[in-house]
Amino acid sequence: MSAARSRAAVGQGRFARFIDWVDERFPLTAMIKEHATEYYAAKNFNAWYVFGVLAMVVLVIQLVTGIFLTMNYKPSATEAFASVEYIMRDVQWGWLIRYMHSTGASAFFIVVYLHMFRALLYGSYKNPRELLWIIGMVIYLALMAEAFMGYLLPWGQMSYWGAQVIVSLFGAVPGFGAELVEWIRGDYFISDITLNRFFALHVAAVPLALILLVVMHILALHETGSLNPDGIEIKERKDARGIPLDGVAFHPYYTAKDLVAIVIFLALFAAVIFFAPEMGGYFLEHANFEPANMLKTPEHIAPVWYFTPFYAILRSVPSKGWGAFLMLMAIVLLFFLPWLDRCRVKSIRYRGTTYKLALGMFVISFVALGYLGLQPATEKVYVYAARMFASLYFLFFLLMPFYTRAEKTRAVPERVVYTASH
Amino acid sequence: MSDEADLSRRHFLTIATSVVGGVGVVLTAVPFVQSFRPSARAQAMGGPVEVDISKLEDGAMVRVVWRGRPVWILRRTKDMIGRIEGEPAALLKDPGSAESEQPDYARNPLRAIKPDILVVVGVCTHLGCAPIERFDVAPPDLGPDWPGGFFCPCHGSRFDMAGRVMVGSPAPTNLPIPPYRFIGDHMVMIGDDTGVKA
Repeated sequence: MSAARSRAAVGQGRFARFIDWVDERFPLTAMIKEHATEYYAAKNFNAWYVFGVLAMVVLVIQLVTGIFLTMNYKPSATEAFASVEYIMRDVQWGWLIRYMHSTGASAFFIVVYLHMFRALLYGSYKNPRELLWIIGMVIYLALMAEAFMGYLLPWGQMSYWGAQVIVSLFGAVPGFGAELVEWIRGDYFISDITLNRFFALHVAAVPLALILLVVMHILALHETGSLNPDGIEIKERKDARGIPLDGVAFHPYYTAKDLVAIVIFLALFAAVIFFAPEMGGYFLEHANFEPANMLKTPEHIAPVWYFTPFYAILRSVPSKGWGAFLMLMAIVLLFFLPWLDRCRVKSIRYRGTTYKLALGMFVISFVALGYLGLQPATEKVYVYAARMFASLYFLFFLLMPFYTRAEKTRAVPERVVYTASH
Repeated sequence: MSDEADLSRRHFLTIATSVVGGVGVVLTAVPFVQSFRPSARAQAMGGPVEVDISKLEDGAMVRVVWRGRPVWILRRTKDMIGRIEGEPAALLKDPGSAESEQPDYARNPLRAIKPDILVVVGVCTHLGCAPIERFDVAPPDLGPDWPGGFFCPCHGSRFDMAGRVMVGSPAPTNLPIPPYRFIGDHMVMIGDDTGVKA
């Protein structure tokens, strides 16, 4: 503030004086400094570090397009399907806004999965960033709830039957499962009442929670500082002014880099919207172009691709209770990652072969489960494959305390490895 | 009067205020949580349904909606009944319907009041999909042991012609039998079983 005041004093003009006026009433300059111009991130970020920003871009796309969709959508069982078709055909540019929103949902999960994989690569979840990771996991849960409830809104066949399957999962809760399912639906079946409340949660409650969580996630990140591909804490080595030796200011250095990523992302995003909005039935499932019919189950029910790894785990267990339990555990275990991983080296660059193999196996299992969750339930071979990959998925977590403790790591350098290109 | 704060008094008041406030928050939450339960209208819409089965042929099935769930009424042939009775118990998870949901008068091998008429809720007990009728015996896709019955396309649960779940299915129990009664020979009342004896 005093710097701004002295600038104003030597006649820096009206704008500086205005900022000065604001700063005395709201910490504007202080916030910009703390979170951008004087927030120091390691200078060796690679392309894996763009997905957090991209997730925020997608969040904004979803919020803006979502608000415009609610202006024409009708959350009632008799009108919902027709109102989506109305948006697609009659509302000026409605098709574009709707495709942005439906493609945005898949894009959200693509960038979030890559963002989470980055954390696995470079140990971003480790001490002191456990809370940052947990807040991120809560964001992931909120995102799944948001996507699931949003998928019911078009009231197509897959909306209806997908919701039927997921809601009845709560029936596996021992003791009061049946009552819980009835409470969620607000009826004896997925009905107009369910649709109406999912709409309320999808457009108001969960987005508010998401925004709050994202703010918390960023505050937690800026408290500990960003990690980097070498897994070195840059705060441990500072110059005389207290600035990390390996750090560069987030703005303008990383805002400029992120802009490149955003432009590339938007180009790909636009390409999908214009040339493959349904993505061959993966982003918008074919069965969903038929209105919901509570008396006719589609031949083959599969959730949207981003849920299929967990769906495959659910299906691979020949017991409803255990299937639902393992599906839940597949997500819950992720929360405990900071404590399951006993290795003190953070980045994969200096970690042992065992972790590299385990992580590779985990990624293969996750992708394979995702594929298997899309396949029909009749093929025995798929069921056995799903059991094998589900086992590998769980072994990655359950054996982690053992294989990470005995890990043969390489020496971590003191400063980040970075060569500027000329 | 002393200028020093009475910390133990302050501590007590903090806790007392928090507890009273907490009780208030919980009580205020009750109407919001309760508002999620089925409304009076939803409950009224869940009343009994009458179905005329006089035109239902042997081996044919009619679907009606009761409480938003498909209820199937199937007139089983002698052959179908024979196959149900001939099934080995090892094929079924719950042959005696001990763990399954049905009124007592339907807790028998054919799971019905009258042997030929099956009234069953067509919702898979696994995750609520609607199984499809596969009355053909031993088709290529379901294997040589298939005695005819219902197959759930979602996760592959298998049920026989009495709605009993087969071993190896993800569904834990047999298809539920709703409460029902006959009015004369040709009418079935679903959702009401006043006067039916076990």
